[in-house]
Amino acid sequence: MKYLTEFRNGEIARAMAREIAQIATRHWKIMEVCGGQTHSIIRNGIDQMLPQGPEASVEMIHGPSCPVCVTPLELIDKALAIAALPGVIFCSFGDMLRVPGTEGDLFQVKGSGGDVRVVYSPLDAVELAVKNPDKQVVFFGVGFETTGPATAMSVHLAKRRGLRNFSLLVSHVLVPPAIEAIMSSPGNRVQAFLAAGHVCSVMGYWEYPPLAEKYRVPIVVTGFEPLDLLDGIRRAVMQLEAGRHEVENAYSRVVTFEGNLAAQKLLKEVFEVTDGAWRGIGVIPRSGWRLNADYRGFDAEERFHITGIHTQESPLCRSGDVLRGAIKPAECAAFGKECTPRHPLGATMVSSEGACAAYYNYGRFLSAEELAGAGSALTGAAHG
Amino acid sequence: MADDAKAVAPDFSNWSCPLPLADYPAIVMGHGGGGKLGNELVEHLFLPAFRNPALENLGDAAVLEASGARLALSTDSFVVQPLFFPGGSIGELAVNGTVNDLAVSGAEPKFLSAGFILEEGFSLAQLAAIVDAMAKAAAEAGVQIVTGDTKVVERGHGDGCYITTAGVGLLRDGIQVGPHRARPGDAVLVSGTIGDHGMAIMSVREGLEFESPIRSDCAALNGMIAQVLDAAGAAVHAMRDPTRGGLASTLNEIAQASDVGIVIDEAGVPVRFEVQSACELLGLDPVYVANEGKAVFFVAPEAADRVLSVLRAHPLGKDAARIGHVTAEHKRILVARTAMGANRVIPTMIGEQLPRIC
Repeated sequence: MKYLTEFRNGEIARAMAREIAQIATRHWKIMEVCGGQTHSIIRNGIDQMLPQGPEASVEMIHGPSCPVCVTPLELIDKALAIAALPGVIFCSFGDMLRVPGTEGDLFQVKGSGGDVRVVYSPLDAVELAVKNPDKQVVFFGVGFETTGPATAMSVHLAKRRGLRNFSLLVSHVLVPPAIEAIMSSPGNRVQAFLAAGHVCSVMGYWEYPPLAEKYRVPIVVTGFEPLDLLDGIRRAVMQLEAGRHEVENAYSRVVTFEGNLAAQKLLKEVFEVTDGAWRGIGVIPRSGWRLNADYRGFDAEERFHITGIHTQESPLCRSGDVLRGAIKPAECAAFGKECTPRHPLGATMVSSEGACAAYYNYGRFLSAEELAGAGSALTGAAHG
Repeated sequence: MADDAKAVAPDFSNWSCPLPLADYPAIVMGHGGGGKLGNELVEHLFLPAFRNPALENLGDAAVLEASGARLALSTDSFVVQPLFFPGGSIGELAVNGTVNDLAVSGAEPKFLSAGFILEEGFSLAQLAAIVDAMAKAAAEAGVQIVTGDTKVVERGHGDGCYITTAGVGLLRDGIQVGPHRARPGDAVLVSGTIGDHGMAIMSVREGLEFESPIRSDCAALNGMIAQVLDAAGAAVHAMRDPTRGGLASTLNEIAQASDVGIVIDEAGVPVRFEVQSACELLGLDPVYVANEGKAVFFVAPEAADRVLSVLRAHPLGKDAARIGHVTAEHKRILVARTAMGANRVIPTMIGEQLPRIC
């Protein structure tokens, strides 16, 4: 099976979109939880393929699960402070480097002499700690349940190898409490969820049936390729039309009900559940992980005692409203004006998974007419 | 914020347009990434300081007139790590990079200079291998390395070996190519698969292993380009080798320089399966990944098929494809039609392409 081609077949995608248009008889609002899904929807133009009529429509609301976007400003400021310390090698996933803190970003810390390194795996940071015994190696462990096991494995290995120069700056957050927070927020518009396929590959989807039941909301575990997304949307619309509210797995080639049990065991060994702070949203009860008592000694916040952090968000930025699905990025007054990927006011404009950056990068600052102009020019190419 | 920056860094006030640079008060890696940050350095610092007609074209090479001869002059520095990678080394890159910059300017490359900055402790055997690679590449490209320089810096002040080359070529008569000459209606052609060089480097750096390793496409393009110009001559309006910043940056630069829109068919852009796979794995988009042996051509529509068949008959152009066209719509913007049939804008990158978290 060729995932890179078969799940991107335009002809099948258009047929699926037609089917969704036939099923839908009312106006439905579906939230894709994960930023990776948002990226794929906007990149491929899937939202443009959905019905948008006066009688029936399907609107995608972009959810809060972009790990870069929801990492609290205070923690980013702490990261900047720790990364600037002499004798520290600060390791991070790539897209955290341009996220604006109160003053500057990790790129600037690197430019001013801080040892900031992009790694693809937290285990690379452990190797750096082994090779540089005279340095303190810090890994910036951000993300949802998806990246949690790798972060957990890094500190598990560091402990087993007795590394005293490795620590974690942790900001892991959890999807199910976020779904609960969105459903119970006043003015919620979301009627169904596409659950994040990769989060579920780790955690399974046993946490979701109680949520579907409590809020009477369909939840469909969904992948990231265009056909995965259209299948998830189709199943959600079928449930909505039938008045059902079940948990379905539309990503069974990757996700099982139980999830990855070995990973879950490791997560339990290293982390404990705590209240989590979400940038732009606020504190959500029991929505984050921190190192538990056995691993507290590897907590970079305790090791470096960074104090005197005074955070200040841009008053123009409405990323909180975007993350809650209350507004679309282009509805923010600063979008494309004061706030661009070149000058991001908030984290949603930085990561390619951030809704604002996805809208901006894929040209949603152009009017519908301008894009239609591009379309007719393309048709000309096909005939010419 | 701009005022604050001015207050702490008064030097900025001497610059003709300090504001766009002032939000990064020091050089960051993105200034060398082939994206917007680098362009801003050129536009707001180098160009105002050095301003002259030959520079203002901002082509891959400067076009000069001297005693009746039309010459092209180009220079490039090479700081790649690792120094040796599947498909080549810094040596081939240093020769081919400058040869290609001259060739896409419509010149026949003739003479190169080579400057070496070597770090104390750098292995002489490795240096010999690099120099040998340069000699072979120069012979293959039909150029001579006629002058050079060597400097050594203390251990820790360099990364083994940096090379700068400059080259002179003779411009062909009757050829007028330049990034500002693309016109609505032009066909856009690429000479082969994109992203090979960048992913060859990345997969070595990240320790990715594939069934068949990704090889750099590093090659001298002057022979193939000469054949294109022989066949199509004045119908070729613009050429460029999409190195740093990849195909997307090259097309955006030409859209801006020529004040036109460019439309490409995403599914028609040739990408090797293993390059696409590696990009997916690392969260990168192949249109932004570097090439070292590819050229993009903007040609009059009636000459497109002729150029395509010339390219495909050449060993370096066998995967050549017509990927789009130039339009008078959406000026200065590059639009791709996705396989789903939707349109998306492909913007110029800000700095470096950032690998995604998950």
